[in-house]
Amino acid sequence: MFDLPILSLLIWLPIVGGIAVLLCRDNAYAARWLALLVSMVTMLLSFGLYIGFDSSTAQMQFVERLPWVETFNIEYFLGIDGFSMPLMILTTISTLLVVIAGWQVIKDRIAQYLAAFLIMEGLMLGVFAALDAILFYLFFEAMLIPLFLVIGIWGGPNRVYATLKFFLYTFFGSVFLLIALLYLQFQAGSFSILDYHAVSLSLTQQIWLFLAFLIAFAVKIPMWPVHTWLPDAHVEAPTGGSVILAAITLKIGGYGLLRFALPITPDASMALDWLVISLSLIAIVYIGFVALAQSDLKKLIAYSSIAHMGFVTLGLFIIFRIFANASLLPGAGNGEVLAIEGAMVQMISHGFIAAAMFLSVGVLYDRMHTREISAYGGVANSMPKFAAFAVFFAMANAGLPGTSGFVGEFMVILAAFQANFWFAFLAATTLIVGAAYTLWMVKRVFFGEIANDDVAKLQDINGREFLLLGSLAAIVLFIGVWPEPLLNVMHASVEQLLMQVSQSKL
Amino acid sequence: MTQNLLLAIVLAPLLGSIFAGFFGKQIGRNNAHRITIIGVAIAFALSAYVLKLVLVDGESYNATVYQWLQAGSLSIEVGFMVDALAAMMMVVVTFVSLMVHIYTIGYMHDDDGYCRFFSYISLFTFAMLMLVMANSFMQLFFGWEAVGLVSYLLIGFWYKKPTAIYANLKAFLVNRVGDFGFLLGIAAVLMYAGSLNYVEVFNQAPQMADQQINIWGDSSWSLMTVIGILLFIGAMGKSAQVPLHVWLPDSMEGPTPISALIHAATMVTAGIFMVARMSPLYEYSETALSFILVIGAITALFMGFLGLIQNDIKRVIAYSTLSQLGYMTVALGASAYSAAIFHLFTHAFFKALLFLAAGSVIMALHHQQDIRHMGGLKKYLPITYWTSLIGTLALIGAPGLAGFFSKDAIIEAVHASTIPGAGFAYIAVMTGVFVTALYSLRLFFLVFHGKERFDAHGHPPHESPKVVTIPLILLAIPSVLAGYLIGHMVFGDWLAKSITVMPAHDVLAQINYHGVWAFLLHGLQMPPFWLALAGVVTAWFLYIKRPDLPGKIQQKLMWLWRVMDNKYGFDSFNEKVFAAGSRGLGGLLWKIGDGRLIDGLVVNGSARLVGLVARVGRRVQSGYLYHYAFAMMIGVWLLLTWFVI
Amino acid sequence: MIALSDYLILAALLFSLSVAGIFLNRKNIIILLMCIELMLLAVNLNFLAFSHFLGDAAGQVFVFFILTVAAAEAAIGLAILVVLFRNLSTINVDDIDKLRG
Repeated sequence: MFDLPILSLLIWLPIVGGIAVLLCRDNAYAARWLALLVSMVTMLLSFGLYIGFDSSTAQMQFVERLPWVETFNIEYFLGIDGFSMPLMILTTISTLLVVIAGWQVIKDRIAQYLAAFLIMEGLMLGVFAALDAILFYLFFEAMLIPLFLVIGIWGGPNRVYATLKFFLYTFFGSVFLLIALLYLQFQAGSFSILDYHAVSLSLTQQIWLFLAFLIAFAVKIPMWPVHTWLPDAHVEAPTGGSVILAAITLKIGGYGLLRFALPITPDASMALDWLVISLSLIAIVYIGFVALAQSDLKKLIAYSSIAHMGFVTLGLFIIFRIFANASLLPGAGNGEVLAIEGAMVQMISHGFIAAAMFLSVGVLYDRMHTREISAYGGVANSMPKFAAFAVFFAMANAGLPGTSGFVGEFMVILAAFQANFWFAFLAATTLIVGAAYTLWMVKRVFFGEIANDDVAKLQDINGREFLLLGSLAAIVLFIGVWPEPLLNVMHASVEQLLMQVSQSKL
Repeated sequence: MTQNLLLAIVLAPLLGSIFAGFFGKQIGRNNAHRITIIGVAIAFALSAYVLKLVLVDGESYNATVYQWLQAGSLSIEVGFMVDALAAMMMVVVTFVSLMVHIYTIGYMHDDDGYCRFFSYISLFTFAMLMLVMANSFMQLFFGWEAVGLVSYLLIGFWYKKPTAIYANLKAFLVNRVGDFGFLLGIAAVLMYAGSLNYVEVFNQAPQMADQQINIWGDSSWSLMTVIGILLFIGAMGKSAQVPLHVWLPDSMEGPTPISALIHAATMVTAGIFMVARMSPLYEYSETALSFILVIGAITALFMGFLGLIQNDIKRVIAYSTLSQLGYMTVALGASAYSAAIFHLFTHAFFKALLFLAAGSVIMALHHQQDIRHMGGLKKYLPITYWTSLIGTLALIGAPGLAGFFSKDAIIEAVHASTIPGAGFAYIAVMTGVFVTALYSLRLFFLVFHGKERFDAHGHPPHESPKVVTIPLILLAIPSVLAGYLIGHMVFGDWLAKSITVMPAHDVLAQINYHGVWAFLLHGLQMPPFWLALAGVVTAWFLYIKRPDLPGKIQQKLMWLWRVMDNKYGFDSFNEKVFAAGSRGLGGLLWKIGDGRLIDGLVVNGSARLVGLVARVGRRVQSGYLYHYAFAMMIGVWLLLTWFVI
Repeated sequence: MIALSDYLILAALLFSLSVAGIFLNRKNIIILLMCIELMLLAVNLNFLAFSHFLGDAAGQVFVFFILTVAAAEAAIGLAILVVLFRNLSTINVDDIDKLRG
């Protein structure tokens, strides 16, 4: 049944569809419906991945392997495991939401706008599916181009500075990635990422490679202190751009660490875990406080994204300390599994919650054309339905149990305690600080008397917006109430990763 | 007992909440309250049936409903554990909730958010039931935070009021400070017990008791002390113990029915319930118990004092709630868990009664809450008057009423306790008895007796409708009678299976209990009774006999009054240090850290460096042909030299 | 008999003269062009001398090529000069520094 090359279809359908949408030019009607159709079909196809996925094995599935550039032994090599599959579904869902979100809002060059997102979707799916290093790198770099265009063309007033910063930052990181990938090819004799996993390396080699990976992916995640491009990019990006940026682009960083840094350089990861852990904790605490000081809605959410992604990197790199402590505690809490799976859940959940938060800001921005918190006040009076959604997503952002935001944080904090009391202590401050910045924002924007005439005139959300926010709320609630279906698919992959990581390559 | 029965108890209020919340407009106000009341009534009836099954038939239940997540060999599940403790809490929660639902029909009659309100309180009932019926720490935490969420929503129910939305943010954040500790405690439990399931953790407790944990440097702590204190920090947030009590008085900004339901009878007692539930862990750490005892004693005494000077009817009762929660905490610290639960049980009835009666007064006076503008209401509000009297007497521990038995049991238990801090706690709870009687009767006299000081708006106040008075009457009944269960609950075996007490800590066993009447008679000869009586007489003297005296005393003791009016400075300290401090820190990190250092120095700095090099480099490009030619010549010469040499 | 070195010295002198002309001339672009032509002639002289003394005709062929190219170059150079003068009303070398960074 699954003879058809589903991964190739997933990657190339949106790209071809995007080009087709591009050809619609001024026919906005055709462009919208075609884009909707393409993104819908892609999403349904990606559900096929979940249904056809065999969660009992850590082997790559749906593999496609064709020679591509035979001179250099570069292959067209695709395949997915429990880490990439959920992220691909996240990608297809987010893209569909973005297409719907841009439906009426984008007035200017809508065909090009939608085409950019569809092409970007294909490229991002390629990043998650690629198992050849060069193929991965191609997708990894190519997806920046549509995003660059989206922010640069449909962005806010200061978009040139933001796009330049965003582009230079990420390019700065990717150079190191390219060098590392090429170096590994010399060591492994092929560009297959799976061969990279098996290649043995000395500690010095590993440390250099690890640092290269870390720089490349830390910029994407983004980790403190290479995070300052994100608030600027978010502020200037149109709503759809922010959604994709927060929901998926950041996840590529986390995915990269999982796919490259940990399995290829386990000993260096262990030797340098203090670095990543301290940067993660700084991200959680420091950025939390910075978010508290923001007066711009999008900046606030952007900073909260950085803090939440701190949990991802924290979860990925505390496992070595847990291994060290586990010998003292026979039969204790499976912290290493909790940590990795917690990081994964956090990525998925943050994808949905951040998307919802940015869409909510978009709803307000479309009506008021300002992102300043002080311009709002008492929105709940004129937009009660919207306020209900906003409070729900704010609670999810603050990690309330029953929403997906809780699951990842809970798992990572439980695991962090097994690494070190103070890791958990600092990570858990997000319970207070995260609630403080999110709910204080909610209070200033939604509650209180109607602040001004503009707020009084606000129209409540229409059916399209209701559909968007409602479906995200349903997903967030479902993962929060029952995360097992999401975790189930990654158990085998997590076990294999932990095995790879615990075996020294020296 | 079957899973479906328990699921029905939990889900009936949830369904009611969903219907009222999402379809309130479609089904209308009457159907909204009908459907939620039916939901809660089903939950109450089934809970009562479950209680009967547990107490009479000796059944208990502990099983999984579904697997929430699995990580390695660790399985975190959602399930129910119903024993006497849980069943009793379920009955209290659903009963008070049912009363409050009915009462709300009258109280919120003219409010725009009628359906929303019913949806919230039903959702609260669901969350609270999840909390008390939990069989794992994860689900406990779920319920714990979910009741916090509903509390947040309900305090800010009138979201236009600036004070309300300030209070709800404050309540949520202070609770989060507690949850911060609570979550760390859960993490510690998971690390050392390898499970989050209650029974498995409790079975591990003896092994865990010997463990030490390094927190800072080489100083090692007993694991159980660390777990106990961390979990108790959560209870301090939820059950409003000093210094995390600051949110509870402010939470009175919410509508009165939820003050009765959430901020008096049920949610705030979740911390007490949790510590009692965790008694198998707490029993291994005397340090943690001592900590609990001292915190409880401080809360019981000092929050009681504040009740003396408040002028808002609901705030007086709120401080009284704080003080009573302190009593329960003291009982926990003294290892008299069942006495704490018993006081929780009686307190739920009479405190809900007092709040609802206060609400009835507030309605009659058109939302006037200042007791200086009340007085002489006895003849206008007879039912409210008599039920309030019962509630007040129960609260101060008048012999024969519910509070008498539960409070006496606590005082006796503290008296018998020998752990560090017990002496201080004994003095605190004894003084507290006098203070309780004083502020309760002050409130009672100022509201119902004396001169009529209210503005009647043309027509005299009238008694509230039946939907309001019937819950008052129904709550007054257990406020009188609940105390007679003392033989079963405190000294009997009802809670024996749910609560573990080590023989060395078993203070309740040292109290001579020979039946409820003997206990009553014995109580009449003990100091607490006389102290309460003294409080009543003092209140009568000050507020009926010589109403001019309190003002004079206030003038004399102005400094003391100021300290108390500032609530010992907790609020201003939090506002100045924590709130302003973290905002300032955030601004500082943003402007200096992100703005100056990272963006200014590194990011834009490297851009500037490139610019600087370019500015110097561009001098070479003079634009004159002969300069270029000259450079070319030099270049050729250099190259030639290079090749020749 | 005139030796090869004499030709080479003459060519070097011519070449140096033209380089000096490029450096020292601050007034007129036409002189620059003439200097460049002179440079090419110096090189041609080398070609011819070597061609003669080595008995290889290839050098003389190159001279023809260079002469052709030099003619084209002079034509283009003068054409540019005319346009330049039309736009700037000057052909003073010191005034033309459009390429300055």
